[in-house]
This record gives sequence, structure tokens and C-alpha cells, in this order.
Amino acid sequence: MNRHLISAADLSLDDAVAILDTAEELARLAQRPIPKLPTLRGRTVVNLFYEDSTRTRISFEAAAKRLSADVINFSAKGSSVAKGESLKDTALTLQAMGADAVVIRHGASGAPYRLAGWVRGSVINAGDGTHEHPTQALLDAFTMRRRLGRLAGLRVTIVGDILHSRVARSNVWLLRTLGARVTLVAPPTLLPVAVGGWPCSVSYDFSTVLPDSDVVMMLRVQRERMSDAYFPSVREYSRRYGLDGDRMALLADHAIVMHPGPMNRGVEIAAEVADSPRSTIVEQVTNGVSVRMAVLYLLLGGSREPGDAPPAAAGLAAAGSGVAGSGVAGSGETL
Amino acid sequence: MAGMSEAAGPEPAGPAKGQGRGGKSVLGSDEIRRALTRIGHEILERTDGARDVVLLGIQTRGVPLARRLAARLAETEGVHIPVGALDITLYRDDLRLRPTRTLGHTEIPDAGIDGMVVVLVDDVLYSGRTVRAALDALGDIGRPRAVQLAVLVDRGHRELPIRPDYVGKNLPTSKREAVKVLLTEIDGEDSVTLQVSRQASR
Amino acid sequence: MIAGGHTQDRGRWLIRDARPLGGPPADILIDGTTIAAVVPSGEGGADLATGGGQLSVLDAGGLIALPGLVDLHTHLREPGREDAETVASGTAAAALGGYTAVHAMANTEPAADTAGVVEQVWRLGRQAGHCDVRPVGAVTAGLGGSQLAELGAMADSAAGVRVFSDDGRCVADATLMRRALEYVKAFDGVIAQHAQEPRLTSGAQVNEGEVSARLGLTGWPAVAEEAIVARDCLLAAHVGSAVHVCHVSTAGTVEIIRWAKSKGWQVTAEVTPHHLLLTDDLAAGYDPVFKVNPPLRTAADVAALRAGLADGTIDCVATDHAPHPAEAKETEWSQAAFGMTGLETALRVVHEAMVNTGLLDWSAVADRMSVRPAAIGRIGALATGLGDLRHGCPVAPGSSATLVLYDPEPITPVDPAGHASRSRNTPFAGMKLPGQVVATFLRGRPTVLGGRLAR
Repeated sequence: MNRHLISAADLSLDDAVAILDTAEELARLAQRPIPKLPTLRGRTVVNLFYEDSTRTRISFEAAAKRLSADVINFSAKGSSVAKGESLKDTALTLQAMGADAVVIRHGASGAPYRLAGWVRGSVINAGDGTHEHPTQALLDAFTMRRRLGRLAGLRVTIVGDILHSRVARSNVWLLRTLGARVTLVAPPTLLPVAVGGWPCSVSYDFSTVLPDSDVVMMLRVQRERMSDAYFPSVREYSRRYGLDGDRMALLADHAIVMHPGPMNRGVEIAAEVADSPRSTIVEQVTNGVSVRMAVLYLLLGGSREPGDAPPAAAGLAAAGSGVAGSGVAGSGETL
Repeated sequence: MAGMSEAAGPEPAGPAKGQGRGGKSVLGSDEIRRALTRIGHEILERTDGARDVVLLGIQTRGVPLARRLAARLAETEGVHIPVGALDITLYRDDLRLRPTRTLGHTEIPDAGIDGMVVVLVDDVLYSGRTVRAALDALGDIGRPRAVQLAVLVDRGHRELPIRPDYVGKNLPTSKREAVKVLLTEIDGEDSVTLQVSRQASR
Repeated sequence: MIAGGHTQDRGRWLIRDARPLGGPPADILIDGTTIAAVVPSGEGGADLATGGGQLSVLDAGGLIALPGLVDLHTHLREPGREDAETVASGTAAAALGGYTAVHAMANTEPAADTAGVVEQVWRLGRQAGHCDVRPVGAVTAGLGGSQLAELGAMADSAAGVRVFSDDGRCVADATLMRRALEYVKAFDGVIAQHAQEPRLTSGAQVNEGEVSARLGLTGWPAVAEEAIVARDCLLAAHVGSAVHVCHVSTAGTVEIIRWAKSKGWQVTAEVTPHHLLLTDDLAAGYDPVFKVNPPLRTAADVAALRAGLADGTIDCVATDHAPHPAEAKETEWSQAAFGMTGLETALRVVHEAMVNTGLLDWSAVADRMSVRPAAIGRIGALATGLGDLRHGCPVAPGSSATLVLYDPEPITPVDPAGHASRSRNTPFAGMKLPGQVVATFLRGRPTVLGGRLAR
């Protein structure tokens, strides 16, 4: 466990449950007349977005602001980055500005790892290339748990361009950790060669797996993939792997349909499915803020390193009162 | 769980009734019960029959105390007071001093707190910082007509201008001592003991 | 280790108690540019040295004497990328690694596709004087892959090019590769292919496999190398020419070469030191110091490469020394340049991967790192018209006094800050490796003494 959140694969079961439980508490805040907490006052969170993503950036911004943190947005367009400033130099600048946390979305897999080597604050991965998108997987798990009451033993089917999907990867690792059973569905061209070694099943036949699914998660498919011969046409893809009304009718009554957004209505998901009561697409967005608040709180809501606390106060951990449950206290590191 | 300490076999660190885990006994379970009964009556008196009162226990041990108060009043007086729980972790002023703390559960009764008399319930009142945090939390939840404070033990050494409205026991202590409260719902027994602590307390 | 004696450019050297090819200790007498005598220790070697003028003595007790190493695959970057390396700095690094000849690849800026550029590189090598530089000529003009470069002019130039390669790029067009193989027969040339099917490796970053799937990096499948190697072996056989396979990296390629050689075809192959030791899971931290083309592969591939080098299917070790400035490597993986330095660590890595594992003895190391690469480069013992410009000759009287003295004992961490190369991108930084090059001699003149450059 270290002071960053870069990969869902690095979260232990305890870590993951702590995030979900914390998010649960924070979700109630949204109901309050003043949905704001003073907890991260004085902390600075930088949104470093090299890829356009209004939705995710706003979600992190809302999460940080609700905890009273200061937010600085740094987007790639029209900035020094567009002029060729290296990631390293950008990192050193943020460091000099005193960022407590940097939320980074970047087109290159592994960029958050590089960043973590150059900044002292916490690095939160908001999506790196085709590698991972851990907060997405966390909000997906949160949504599943809320809707269906559990995660262990849940049968989750993920459909789409698995090969290029960071959302799929994060979900596979996290759901495995949480005890769910994952099945991936895609044309063979959109599955990694080594997928056989992943902790999940694979199927090329969408309709067959639907009756046994508690959750169906549809991933966005880019039309550009067609020009690289991943599939012959959007029509064929949609026919074989799209979730339309007929396929939705094969689902058990309780089953839910999820999508990380943005959707290609009519390609991977039909409008009637997206708008049905099974669909969690809108609440995923709301849950995203709660989950990101939980992540920010758990990373920034305590001492930075063991050396941060004055010696006398360090003993508070022993004297402790009223901290129920396993908690994350003990070492100076979280997540 | 009375009788737990009477299990057969040697008793190394096992708690003996009335002793907590070492230290001097301040309140035994009977005394705790009587204190809560008295506090319950005082609340009824001073709030005109507990009209518009909400009991909010401060996590962690304030919560079972609040529930007991509500249960006793319902039992003995037939008065039904809404009870809830308030976790103040996110409002603490000392968050940066320790690794991140787990959040406790907050549950505000459906009636809300607007225009109500909120009685905060906690086990020990010490520096007053916990109550200050609770007041901040209440401010973000709604606008009570008044806020009162009930504590099982007041051990002195206030660092903020906060005073309790209802006290189970006034207990002068030195800063080198620790007040240890155990409650059946959480710890399996009821006791309040005074122990010597090696570090300065919170 | 080094006791007494003055450093002299020419004259005579008495190297005492060295162990030629790891054998029993012997005294080696160097007179001018030649080895005059090799006498077992204690049998009067010192007496041979009496008379005849100035003599320098080098106490080489415990040191292994090998013929000077020959690298078939080095990037010296000059002309064009002097920020990464120059001929002077690269050859200095080579000498410190025990090399007395390096083949400088053609992907410079401008590319070495004319007599003019190869002669420039050759001349820069002579000026620097640290080792012989044998420029490699490009196969296609500008490395563009569509038109043959003036291979004949380069062969006839003062640089005497015999090895041709578009390394960095693959000669993917089958017809062009065929023509190139045929054309060089006229002057005993060899085409060295960087085998990488371009369409199968578009945007590729790491070996395609379990690691690439997990890391979300585009994979570089083994088949993209193997398919080209198979094609080129068949082409070379068909037209009766010689093909050399650069930086073999997969088990499949080793098998294909073994098969081709069993047919008697003129196929030779090289492997880099890093492919003998490192695997693709090093990419897990996304540190681009491990990014290289062809990529690091799996443990099974490493095992097959070691076995292939041991049984001679792979003829030699070639460093593919690829220096890059810091900013090319201190960045996101997908933005970073491909390549690792290698000249100063090669012998130590081979020591660790092949000698310490019992797969090669020192005599075999001499074969794979000096004799065979020299032969492939057409500068070996059997080459005609080169006189004492030959390399890979036995450590025996009459041979050119071109050798390296290597101390196999110390185990020290690799420290790139101490390297002579201008660049620091070594994947072995901090790794404990055995051995140390103590001295390198080029035709009787020491280029390295006491582990440092001699001038």
C-alpha cells in the first residue's frame, strides 16, 4: 500500500472495501443542505488532464471541492504542454506549486508511475492510456453493491473493446479482489492475446451469457477500430455484440446494465436499454463523486508520512478512542 | 455480558468485573445505569417533556449511550425520542496529526434537526474539541433550535469554551491519566476506569 | 595489477602470467604490432624480453587474455546525433569494454548510404584511435526501404564496407531484400537484417504477451521477427548469398536459424547481452530504460537464446549499443526512445549469463565475441589483404597484438555515471556484475590500461 492510487490491481480487499465503505458514508452528504466538509481545507488538488474529459475532470473537481480542497485545473490544450513541455517539467512545476495530490489523465500507459517519481504529493490515476482507470472500477463496484447488495459471487459480464480498455482492466482486477466472477465478451480481435491468464472467463457469444449475468457492463467501441480491421463494420459489431432490447429481455429480472460513458447509442447499446430502469448509467456519475471523495479523503485526510506527526501526537494511535472497525490507521500510508 | 469475567481458567489480562483492564474503577455498571437514568429525567425536565428533542450520539461510544437513554425514556415514561448517530471524523481539527482515520457511521433520524433541540451524547468530555467538531457538523446538516450536551464523564481540562448540560459524573483527572470507558454494546461490559497513561492524551 | 613500466605507444610489452582464453598462465611478449611469443609462465618468458630496447611490463596475474572483442552492431550516432554519442566517445566506451573493433550502424543523420558518409565515419574512428571503426552501409537509400543504396561504392571506398544494414528499420519488401542479397555477392558482402514485420508491429512498445496485456502497452509479437527471419533465410538460400540476423530475440528465431544452418545455408546470427539476461517483466514499472527494439522477451526466450549461443546456432554476441540523451528516456514509456547502451557492460553480462552458468568457457567466449564476429565482418583471421588490421586472431605468435586483459574476480555494481559513453541509458545500472576489463591492446598499443583510457 502506498500513497498513490494508480492501479486497481494494487488494492487489497481491505483497501477496496475501505474505499467503498467510506464512499457510502460520504454519499449521504449529498443529501444535506450544505453538502460540504472542511476536511481537506488547505490541501491543493491539481487536475492534470492531458486528454479531454470534461466528465471525469468535473467529477474529481466536485469531489475535491466538497471536501474544501483547493482545485487547480491544468488541461493540455493551449498550455505549455501543447508547446512541448515534457511531463517531467510539468511535474516539477506542480511540485513547486505545492500540489498535495495530482489527478492525472494521460494518453500514455504508465504515465502516472513516471509522475509519482517526480512529485511528492499523491498521484491519482484518472485513466492512463489503455492501462487502468481505478476510480472508475471503484465507482462501478460501488454501484453494483448499492443496487444488488453484495459483490462476492456476483456474476459480472463486461462487453466490448477489452484490448484497448483501461476500464475493463481495472474492473477485472478489482472485481476479482472483491470476489465477483467476471466474464469478458468480445470478438477475438478485441481481446489481448494473453487474456487466458486473466482471472476471468471469456466468451465470444454474447447472448449465451446474458441469462446468467447479474451485471452487464457495456464498453464504448470506437468506430476508428474498424479501419484497423478489428471488425468489418459497425453494423456487424452491433449485431453480434450490441445490447439491444431483444438481448435485454434475456436478462434475469434483477440484472442491471452499466456503462462508463460516453455512450455510442445504437452501437454498443440501444437507446431503450440505456434509458431503462435496469440502467445505472446516471447513478454511476453521482456515485463517481462519492467514490472520488473517498479516495481523496483516504489519501489526503491524514498525516502525509509517519514523520509528519510530532512525536507526542504519534502516541494517539495507541491511546485511541472510538475508532471502530479495522480502519486504516497504524502506518503512515494509505491506499 | 455479565459473567464473562467469571470464565474458568487463569485470568492474565482478562478484565475482572469493575476493574476494566487495570486502573482504578470510577463507575461500575450499576452506577452507569443510575447516571443514565438521572440524565434521562433531567433531559425531560429541562426540555419540557422532551418535546422536539433529538438525541445524537457521537461516534463511537456516545451512540450506545444515546440509544440507552432513548430506550429508558420510552420504557419508563412512554416518551419516544428520535435517536441517531453523528460521526465527527471529517470535522476534526487534528486530522493531519495521524494517519487517515476510518469514517464512522452518521445517521440523522428522518425528522431531521431543523428547529429541534439536539442533545449530543458522548462518553467523555475532555478538551471539548470533539464537541466543537460536532457543532460544526450540525451546522452543515441543518439548523437546530438549540444544542445541548450530555456526557457520562466530565474529566475537566477544557481547551475551548464548551460546557455540558448533563453530566453523569464529574471526575477531576490529571493529564497523565486516561479515562477508559467500556460499554457492553461495544466492549462486552460496562465500566469506567482511570488509568495512568504514558503519553499526554488528546 | 599494473606494476612498473612506462606507457608507450609502440615498442615492446611483456604481459606476465596472463591466462590466454582462460587457460594456464603464460607470458605474452608483444613486439611492435605483433605478438612475438607466448610462453607458459615460469619457462623463461622474461628472458625473451631481454635486449631489443624499451620494454614495458604488465603484471597480469589472474587476468584472462582474449583476442580483442569485435562488435558487429554499434550505434555511434555521429554524424547527426552527437548529443547522444560521438565516434570518439563511443569508441572510448568500446575500448573500455574490451573492444578493438566496432561496426558502426548506418542509421545516422544523414544515413550512411554513400561512400562519403562511410568514409567520414571511418576517418573519425582513425582519428580517435580507441579502436577500429568499420562503418556499416545502409541497404536502402536513406533507409527508406524502397531503393538500393550505392552498395558497390561503399564497398570500394576507403572504409571498405562489407556489412550492410538498415538496422533500426526492417528491409520489409521481399523483392528489395532479394536484390540486396544478390547484389552483395559481387564483393563478398553480407546483409544484416533487423527483422521486424512493420505491419504487425505498428506502434509496438513491449513484447506481446502477459506483460503487455496487463500494462496496456501495444505488443510486439514474436512472429513479427520470426516471419521475416524465415523469409530471409529462404531467400539467401535461393540466391546463394549470406544473410546475418541482427539481435535475435525469440526462441522461435533460434529454431528457424538452427533449421536453416542444418541445410548448409549461409546464415549467421547475433544476440545482445541484454537479451541474454533480462525479461519483459522489467517493464512493469514503466521505466523506459528497459525499452528496446526488439523488446525484452520471456524467460523461455532467454533460455533458448542462451542455449543457441552455447551450441553455436547463434554465432556471436553483438551489443546493439544504442545511446540516448536523458530526455529521450525520462518520459512516458510510449514517448521514450528504444535502446540501451552496452559496450562497457557486454563482457561482464556475458560472463554472468553464460560463463557463470557453465554454458560457455573463456575459449568459447573468445569465439563468440571476437573470432566469429570478426569473420562475419570479413576482418577475421582468414580475411585477405588486411594484414594486421585483422581481428579475432588467436593469442599466439604472429598474430596481431590486439587483445583484452580481463579480471574475472571482482563483483561490483554497474555505475553509469562512470561510463565513457555520453549516454547513461543502461538497464544494468546498480546491478552487481562480475569482472572488469583491465587493459585493451590495439595492434600493440594499449588503448586501456588499469581499467582507464590510455590516452
